[in-house]
Amino acid sequence: MDKIISKTHISLLLSMLKTRMVEEKIVELYPEQEMRCPTHLYIGQEAVSAGVCQNLKKRDYVFSSYRSHGAYIAKGGSIKGLFAELYGKKTGCSKGKGGSMHIISKEVNFMGTSALVGGVIPIAAGTALASSMKREKRVSVVFFGDGACEEGVFQETLNFAALKKLPVVFICENNFYATNSHQLTRQAVDNIYKRSEIYNIPGFKVDGNNVLDVFKLSKRAVENARNGKGPSLIECRTYRWLEHVGPYFDYDLGYRSKAELDKWIKRCPLTTYEGVLLEKGVIRRSALDKMKEKLRREIEDAVSFAKKSPFPSVKDTHKDVYEKKR
Amino acid sequence: MKRKDSSIRQLTYCQAINEALVQLLERHRNIFIMGLGVDDCGRIFGSTRGLSERFGKKRAFEIPISENAVTGVAIGASLCGMRPIMTHQRMDFMFYAFDQIINHAAKWHYMFGGQFPVPITIRTIIGRGWGQGAQHSQSLHSLFAHIPGLKVVMPSTPYDVKGLLISSVLDDNPVIFIEHRRLYDEKGAVPEEFYSIPLGKARIVKKGRDITIVANSQMVREAEKGAKELLKSGIDAEVIDLRTIRPLDEDLIFNSVKKTGRLIVADTGWRNCGIASEVSSSVAESVFEYLKAPILRITFADTPTPTSAALEKTFYPDSEDIVYVAKRLILGKKIKRKKKERAILDEQFKGPF
Ligand SMILES: Cc1ncc(C[n+]2csc(CCOP(=O)(O)OP(=O)(O)O)c2C)c(N)n1
Ligand SMILES: [Mg+2]
Repeated sequence: MDKIISKTHISLLLSMLKTRMVEEKIVELYPEQEMRCPTHLYIGQEAVSAGVCQNLKKRDYVFSSYRSHGAYIAKGGSIKGLFAELYGKKTGCSKGKGGSMHIISKEVNFMGTSALVGGVIPIAAGTALASSMKREKRVSVVFFGDGACEEGVFQETLNFAALKKLPVVFICENNFYATNSHQLTRQAVDNIYKRSEIYNIPGFKVDGNNVLDVFKLSKRAVENARNGKGPSLIECRTYRWLEHVGPYFDYDLGYRSKAELDKWIKRCPLTTYEGVLLEKGVIRRSALDKMKEKLRREIEDAVSFAKKSPFPSVKDTHKDVYEKKR
Repeated sequence: MKRKDSSIRQLTYCQAINEALVQLLERHRNIFIMGLGVDDCGRIFGSTRGLSERFGKKRAFEIPISENAVTGVAIGASLCGMRPIMTHQRMDFMFYAFDQIINHAAKWHYMFGGQFPVPITIRTIIGRGWGQGAQHSQSLHSLFAHIPGLKVVMPSTPYDVKGLLISSVLDDNPVIFIEHRRLYDEKGAVPEEFYSIPLGKARIVKKGRDITIVANSQMVREAEKGAKELLKSGIDAEVIDLRTIRPLDEDLIFNSVKKTGRLIVADTGWRNCGIASEVSSSVAESVFEYLKAPILRITFADTPTPTSAALEKTFYPDSEDIVYVAKRLILGKKIKRKKKERAILDEQFKGPF
């Protein structure tokens, strides 16, 4: 299948599958009320983080929003650390201080997430500035929503990144909604990918449910950043299946229709890609089943690790407010 | 306006906000309301329900996620005689608008010699617990109260939230109106009339002789619970609800302390440079000679908000802390303390917010 080698295909599939299965587990367990933190699920958008992160090296930096399980997993974050964080445990990736909205994996340079819309956009330009000052060939990538493009900080950061020709890739995940509001009730024009043009930053639009399209387009952007050609903006058009925050469907709320959801479920990024790979013989059904079974066990392990882990102690409340001289 | 008439209707805090908004929009053509969630299916936890249907989408509308710019827009509209109400579902989100609030709204009147009032009201919501974490739970009312030119209101009951919201919107100055998510479902008597409660007037919630407990917002509820508990040990506490933290009703506090000689201040925020410190120092400056004991403050732990339920227990103060501190002040230092066992307000609240 084109020039993409099958190892890449398998890796893309694995990343999407892992994200999906982890989140399906969260959907199953969340009603137990033991994961006591607001949790914004990513189901339906997996092709974006998988496609983009496939082009990154471990040393590259990634930032995301509160809806970040996908980017965290695609960058290689540990799912034990993720589940333990959701359960508020000491073994969590943020030691129980962050919850779902604040996950991090320093080992793989997944640099953190913000619960403020647009909050991480300039911070990613900051890591890019540091890389360029230190002459390291590291790329910074930031994931954010369509809503985040309404914050002034988005435009301010684009200008700064262009001015300094920073090695940063801006990935807008346009799922058409911010909480319960459609993009066109908040934005005068449907043209996010064009909003960098005025700074001479190339902007692209891509089907965010097609993992190969995302992969190929972001490959160019990442290479450009790595080779000193400056930033890019990519608008990935996709869809969030579940409610803004929490594990349930929400078409009953009335802000979007079941028909619209069904249309997007039919375009599921994961099953579509599975179908393509099976058809082209890149993977066999039995191998796919094995892959899923292995993931299922890994996820069960992570959940039981999380449930068994201790809570932080009272003393931990006061720990880490400041960095102490080491 | 007389309070406490048992024949009057019970409304929730949220319904009382909604009724105030309806009555304001009905009476004044120049009032409008805008914010994230004002006209979506959630309607800011229900508080803006029915507004766009009744008053049209020109007077009750959604905004882009552009807090700072839209706050500036509100200021501009107010310079032309409009009375905008802005809303934020969590206080944390309005920090993007610090610039417009602090540098512009708070200054426009003074800086130009009093020519332009800025009658805007910014409704914002604080919370407690359920893993909201560091960026979804902050209560920086004290920071706003630090700024000359702003007024800061923190209602704790359905009756107050209606009367104070009406006063805030009709006030000719920028008002930061801080609601508490945990109070939204609480019921209380609320008259149907259009009434206002003056800004800067505190309220005695419960009279008492032995100790004064000054509290704000949801901590008033903890103080009331604490006072009840203290009665069992023969301690008769007076509970004061600040209602407005800027301006501060110093007279009411001073008179109470003159009577009881002891003061605890319980705040929904942090200690350092906070409103609890402000109340304490005012008392120390003005009625020091009446004090029989040191003043004590009850506030958040001095850390950002942790997410884990295990840590929230120690982070948020509650009625147990108030009881403990009051007993220590009155009965001497050697009080044994039980370890707090339950997580924050586990009982009814099913997350997420
Ligand atoms: C500064 C700020 N304003 C408002 C909010 C409340 N809020 C949380 S998520 C959200 C919607 C953001 O939509 P989008 O950027 O499209 O991301 P998505 O949730 O669709 O992934 C809003 C308004 C916030 N967290 N931060
Ligand atoms: Mg969106």
